[in-house]
Amino acid sequence: MTYKISHLDALESEAVHVVREVVSEFERPALLFSGGKDSAVLLHLAAKACWPQPLPFPLLHVDTGHNFPEVLAFRDARAAELGVRLLVASVQEAIDRGEVVEDPAPGATRNRLQTHSLLQAIEQHRFDAVFGGGRRDEEKARAKERVFSFRDEFGQWDPRGQRPELWSLYNGRHRPGEHFRIFPLSNWTELDVWQYVERESLTLPSIYFAHRREVFRRGSMLLAVGPHTAPRERVPDEEPFVTTVRYRTVGDATCTAAVESVAATPAEIIAETAVSRISERGATRADDRFSEAAMEDRKREGYF
Amino acid sequence: MELLRLATAGSVDDGKSTLIGRLLYDSKQVYEDQLESVERTSRDRGDDYVDLALLTDGLRAEREQGITIDVAYRYFSTPRRKFIVADTPGHVQHTRNMVTGCSTADLVVVLVDARAGITEQTRRHAFIATLLRTAHLVICVNKMDLVDYSQQRFDEIRDEFQDFAARLEIPDLTFIPISALRGDNVVERSGEMSWHQGSSLLHHLEDVHIASDRNLIDLRFPIQRVVRPRSAEHRDFRGYAGQVAGGVLEVGHEVLVLPSGFTTTIESIETPDGAIDEAFPPMSVVVRLADELDISRGDMICRPRNQPTTGQDVSAMVCWMAEAPMREGAKLALKHTSRWVRALVRDVQYRLDVNTLHRDGGAEELGLNDIGRVALRTTSPLFYDEYRRNKATGSFILVDEATNVTVGAGMLLHPGP
Ligand SMILES: Nc1nc2c(ncn2[C@@H]2O[C@H](COP(=O)(O)OP(=O)(O)O)[C@@H](O)[C@H]2O)c(=O)[nH]1
Repeated sequence: MTYKISHLDALESEAVHVVREVVSEFERPALLFSGGKDSAVLLHLAAKACWPQPLPFPLLHVDTGHNFPEVLAFRDARAAELGVRLLVASVQEAIDRGEVVEDPAPGATRNRLQTHSLLQAIEQHRFDAVFGGGRRDEEKARAKERVFSFRDEFGQWDPRGQRPELWSLYNGRHRPGEHFRIFPLSNWTELDVWQYVERESLTLPSIYFAHRREVFRRGSMLLAVGPHTAPRERVPDEEPFVTTVRYRTVGDATCTAAVESVAATPAEIIAETAVSRISERGATRADDRFSEAAMEDRKREGYF
Repeated sequence: MELLRLATAGSVDDGKSTLIGRLLYDSKQVYEDQLESVERTSRDRGDDYVDLALLTDGLRAEREQGITIDVAYRYFSTPRRKFIVADTPGHVQHTRNMVTGCSTADLVVVLVDARAGITEQTRRHAFIATLLRTAHLVICVNKMDLVDYSQQRFDEIRDEFQDFAARLEIPDLTFIPISALRGDNVVERSGEMSWHQGSSLLHHLEDVHIASDRNLIDLRFPIQRVVRPRSAEHRDFRGYAGQVAGGVLEVGHEVLVLPSGFTTTIESIETPDGAIDEAFPPMSVVVRLADELDISRGDMICRPRNQPTTGQDVSAMVCWMAEAPMREGAKLALKHTSRWVRALVRDVQYRLDVNTLHRDGGAEELGLNDIGRVALRTTSPLFYDEYRRNKATGSFILVDEATNVTVGAGMLLHPGP
């Protein structure tokens, strides 16, 4: 017996420990589930942590109304399979109720508007711990975020006032109205996620794997021709064409781009990820590109 | 592939950010878009070189002020290991960040500017690393390019540090001369310093033996959660979930449960992927016992002939992390393994000067970033080990009951004076 433990086992054990701490110390947790790969891994880990009990908390999807149908289908199938309640906080409904106003500029996304619906759902259901699939390797502001990330009664994140986090001793104490965002995947990288997807044989929405799709270029982004994004007339560079692509992230369909790839299995994606020269967000998220501090600003307001 | 957690420390401008940027860049973990963004910022600031340090400054305030405020975590991997880097800022007032970064580190890299040599900060960083019981310490003498890659200068610095280190307990100490800016001895061995017989920093990080740093001797399994599904499929299932904190759990072994003191045997060790025969740190598992006992979260499974210390009066080295000082008579919440208790500060026994290691026995309080020895009384007994023997069962955090903020980190000592 060598008592060796692989990096995936170490990461899994850490995440399971985190989920068990939350289930033991909080009263009303929920898990943010979009149907994307990080939330799929998170859900799988949460189910493992609670095993053999069923998941003792609901899933929450903040729905921008701009979805890939494959992802919604996966979301519903996964929730049904685990027999767990799925709550949907709809950004469209918030717009219809006049609570938030959509930016009329062409190409504007609903990313920022999600914060309102997320915080409203947290308040309405009195959630005190909300699991998210955020990873520290995604982005520079996230690199400093705690695993147990405190939010005040307005849902705000104060990056300079964070509680120190030592060993694996998490402090989730809070007053009523305050809550925590919990990030069990903090120490995972994109590559770890794919290695884990492969090892655990996890199912993911089909658009993560290479498929033929009609797309067009906007700047350096490769966007799908579809109900949410379409080439603008009289913009010569936005000629549609058909090619083989996959998605590295699946967010709001208006600002999530595809990458050209023929990788059709997790193993092929791992091989590609290992040599990729563009970060996940840089390649596929139009929303983070306009400013160095875009993510920090959104997070301060209460974003994921 | 194995996981290695390291922390990096150094004074401002010793080249820590450059070193981390270099490790990420040379191990091909920096993506083109991230590099472009760094190039853009460097240009905007009027720098005439690409400042790799910018790869690691996350928050706007940090970029504006050009200093690192908080611990940031970085990730890179080689075919042999995955690395998690806790990048801890080196300002005088940030002992708390260093303590935080070291608390999870297998190895600490301390940077020294070859021109300045060993400073007060170097001594403090090395001391904190040993206080936190990080088994491996690497002193990287940086900016060797600015001292003509002089072996003599490197030897001077090494000798001076070794004199100081004689007073510390450092199980594994390594010195590496580097230039983070030029990449000498960071990933590849340097042609400029053929006199250096050792390996490059990255090679050392890939090679250093960490598997024995865990305690595989004293079985410690703090119960995190009692699992009773009561479902049709698992009608009579009753298990105890937790993460092994020490030793090896084995099916069939006799165990003792604290605080009740009852003995029983391990019936099975379960995971969602199937039952296993043994479990060791840091595995998270579910344990089933042969007898039905009254067990709850915070209880501890150990071996009858190898039990942790049980006590309400404990002594610990505490690092204080709040503006308002820790005073004798204060009551705080304390989290140790999976239990919360309340603690009364009975006595601040001494405050340690982290630069000189001098003990100030007259101190009556600990201020922000102070480290000292404290006697506490807890509302119910802790089941603990000396921190030097087991980090998981020897550590605790202190929380202000009014604000809920984490205000202190503690490392338990042997009971007694
Ligand atoms: N000549 C030389 N300059 C270096 C070296 N490493 C860092 N520097 C420079 O020292 C300054 C401070 O480096 P930085 O990485 O920001 O230091 P930090 O404050 O420790 O993160 C910058 O101007 C770096 O370019 C080195 O090995 N050689």
